[in-house]
Amino acid sequence: MRIFCTDLVGKVHELPATEEWSVMEIIREGGIPILAQCGGSCACATCHIYVKEPWKSRLPAPSEEEIGMLDGAFEVTEESRLACQVFYTKDLDGLEVTLAPGSM
Amino acid sequence: MTENSSPIQTDVVVIGAGPIGLFSVFELGLYDMKTHLIDILDRVGGQCAELYPEKPIYDIPAVPVCKGSELIDRLMEQTKPFSPVFHLGQMAEKLEKTPEGLWRVSTDHGTVIDAKVVVLAAGGGSFVPKKMPIKGIEDYENKSVFYAVRKMDTFRGKHLVVAGGGDSALDWAVNLQPIAASVTLIHRRNEFRAAPDSVGKMRGLVSEGKMALKIANITGVTGADGQVSSLTLKEEGGEPYEMPCDCLLGFYGLTMKLGPVASFGVHFESELVPVDTSCFETNLPGVFAVGDINTYPGKMKLILSGFHEAALMAKKAFSYVHPDQRYRFQYTTSSSNLHTKLGKEDCNCKCK
Repeated sequence: MRIFCTDLVGKVHELPATEEWSVMEIIREGGIPILAQCGGSCACATCHIYVKEPWKSRLPAPSEEEIGMLDGAFEVTEESRLACQVFYTKDLDGLEVTLAPGSM
Repeated sequence: MTENSSPIQTDVVVIGAGPIGLFSVFELGLYDMKTHLIDILDRVGGQCAELYPEKPIYDIPAVPVCKGSELIDRLMEQTKPFSPVFHLGQMAEKLEKTPEGLWRVSTDHGTVIDAKVVVLAAGGGSFVPKKMPIKGIEDYENKSVFYAVRKMDTFRGKHLVVAGGGDSALDWAVNLQPIAASVTLIHRRNEFRAAPDSVGKMRGLVSEGKMALKIANITGVTGADGQVSSLTLKEEGGEPYEMPCDCLLGFYGLTMKLGPVASFGVHFESELVPVDTSCFETNLPGVFAVGDINTYPGKMKLILSGFHEAALMAKKAFSYVHPDQRYRFQYTTSSSNLHTKLGKEDCNCKCK
């Protein structure tokens, strides 16, 4: 089980994933210094990532709270998510995410 | 506010008025140490107030659940008997030793405090406005790109762009509209998390043609010598385009930055202060670090860890503040001495 995380300079990191962990925790545990200042409580928008298709539609839709919190992020697009609100499950093996500006 | 008079004298200066700074006041107060607190936010509570005032906390011992704001209210009540003095909306800028051997802490507002002990309870650092991560934007910051309004006159006659969708963005867009040459509000979506009244005023001005609203992201700035001339905007699914502008105000909330505390002379490792876990003292004698800002083997960034750290810190701090006295370990349950300090002389316990 793994995810692929592209950092701010475009380097792709293959990171081991653990079921039920948030993608933010997987990235942090993988040694990438994602800011995630609030520690994963959907309160700061500093773990902003992009998730493209085909992965995007395989994730549960963001909550109102997550959508609202994205107002504090930069360059938000339809592919924007907060990594602390996306949880890893077995069927997400190989998930590709890209860190957004302001997340490191 | 500038205080040019002689320095304030106290026992302990606590930098950071979050939960651990507040509980430090309590622990220090039990052992007759007076405190002054400094915090960059204009209210107490730190992350509890700024990041999650409405979110529940479940791991405070014996408090099955409470919201961030409730925890702070309770801690404030607990510190009350000790009358701490708060210096809010100020950033601790400098730490130095006085010729008399005291620690002197100065703030960016000119407050100067001399104390025998300094406690760093600064968490992740100072809350400061999030800066836009746009290439080259720092050349324009504080010249034509701002993250706060100090003087409204700065924006008089300007073609102003206000970015953001919360209360600050809407309030300033509405308040500056009468004096700016033009105001364009830019937000990533056509929904605003601001007071309904502000949203209503903004929508009114937009429909009257007195304010422009663009649903877009700002992806670039162009200009020269610190003066912005245009912004690059990108709407969802569209191509980037330029928009003329001579002043940009960005409101994306706050972020934590270590700030001047890093240059206090306290030893930092990866933005954290290594401490001696018997007393949470730093490399500087009489300067302590408690809560999220410190590190030691096994450290967990939990509020409850910080509470424990504050108690041990206070014990050692006592030896600096009252070097002529013996530290007397007492329980708040049974000590009439502590009851007096807590203003509980009317208790009915066996201490009577």
